[in-house]
Amino acid sequence: MLLLFRLLNRHNRMTTELSNPLALIAELTHRCPLHCVYCSNPLEMQSRQNELSTETWSRVFKEAAAAGVLQADFTGGEPLARTDIVELVRAARAAGLYVNLITSGLPMDEAKLGALVEAGLDHIQLSFQGAREEIANEISGTKSHAHKLRVLEWLKQHRIAVTLNFVIHRRNIDQLEEMLAIAESSSATRIEFANVQYYGWAFANRENLLPTREQLDRSVEFLKRERERVKGKIRIEFVVPDYYAKYPKPCMGGWGRKLMLITPSGDALPCHAAQVIPGLSFENVKDRGLREIWEQSSAFQKFRGEDWMQEPCMTCDRREQDFGGCRCQALLLAGDAAATDPVCTLAPLRPKVDAILGGMKSAPPAEIFVKPNWLYRPNPS
Amino acid sequence: MPPDLNSFPRLAPGCRLNEKSQQPRMLLMPERALRLNGPSLEIIERCDGKHTVQQIVADLQKIYSKAEPQKVESDILGYLALLHDQRALDFT
Repeated sequence: MLLLFRLLNRHNRMTTELSNPLALIAELTHRCPLHCVYCSNPLEMQSRQNELSTETWSRVFKEAAAAGVLQADFTGGEPLARTDIVELVRAARAAGLYVNLITSGLPMDEAKLGALVEAGLDHIQLSFQGAREEIANEISGTKSHAHKLRVLEWLKQHRIAVTLNFVIHRRNIDQLEEMLAIAESSSATRIEFANVQYYGWAFANRENLLPTREQLDRSVEFLKRERERVKGKIRIEFVVPDYYAKYPKPCMGGWGRKLMLITPSGDALPCHAAQVIPGLSFENVKDRGLREIWEQSSAFQKFRGEDWMQEPCMTCDRREQDFGGCRCQALLLAGDAAATDPVCTLAPLRPKVDAILGGMKSAPPAEIFVKPNWLYRPNPS
Repeated sequence: MPPDLNSFPRLAPGCRLNEKSQQPRMLLMPERALRLNGPSLEIIERCDGKHTVQQIVADLQKIYSKAEPQKVESDILGYLALLHDQRALDFT
């Protein structure tokens, strides 16, 4: 009788029929106290004066829920930099959305946390830049690690889902055990080990962030063991650096299929980095309704479905699984946003990725003591 | 491991049903959502920390009286264990 149970996101065949957006990624601001060298924000950021008002966001949440969106991911920049963050959580919850807050934990205090939970926050994702203070502060360009540990303690007082997000790269990938220990001593039920993806700031710092093959293999082995050990206590998610993958990631679950991102100034994008693709024009939520944008915006239609595909994607059996990979990565590496994602081993330009990997310096243990010449992300006004 | 029949399942923090007015009914949880049909909704609604596993089984056996009782029980135990592994459920 229970055969009808099914996970929404599994085995979801690609059809040309238009589906609902399921999640709204709300980039509330680009302002952030951290300066992470792999920040996913664009190189050109919006200033505070261009940010959407509380009223506009509240309307967007209602339109999103009406269009079938289930979850809102509050992100940035640092969403807590918005003084109306509690109000925004309340508005999204009132609209019927499940509310995630993706935060660095700065600036958070006990009273703010209590107010967010009271307003209906469902899930908090606390980002960490490492397990040790020295590397974490180096990567974020701020003294932030100790405060995050304090936030973790406060979270134990509240009934709310907690995920720890560790962004992984060659300078901290050997610390996974310590990262997991931090999660185990907290109230977290999920931990994400997300290897850096190479766009924007991370692309500029790629040389110092890409782990070696040996580092990656060791981490995969480690997680296989630990997943079994912590089963039923903590879910471990692992995102590989896709330069090492055999097939590309199904970026955003397919272009214009599941996710919609709204920038701080209200532009609706199919993905975080879509603005790097030349020739796309984006509509703004100040001018048009969310469902209309989802259905009609030329940017969302550009790579929706499979008509845009080239060979080998066009006739590939995997095209319904990975949707040709990532359009922004195709642009960055192949110079053509409609090309097969070059990380795919079937892609004609895969040798380019292999050349990047082949040209990497090995990571001797001593390297950790030498600080690379990072390009830090600035904080917009 | 199958859950203890005398334990009280309760949705984990950050896991909740959407509102009754919202269709289809969904179990919302971090980074995912589960669509609920008749029996799964009946089960989840009883995962409130007040019903034991045994009581949930008995209730569902009554509601789905045409199904084989043993099968109903094993399906429910399997479903609860799955939700527990996904960290959607705690047992107290």
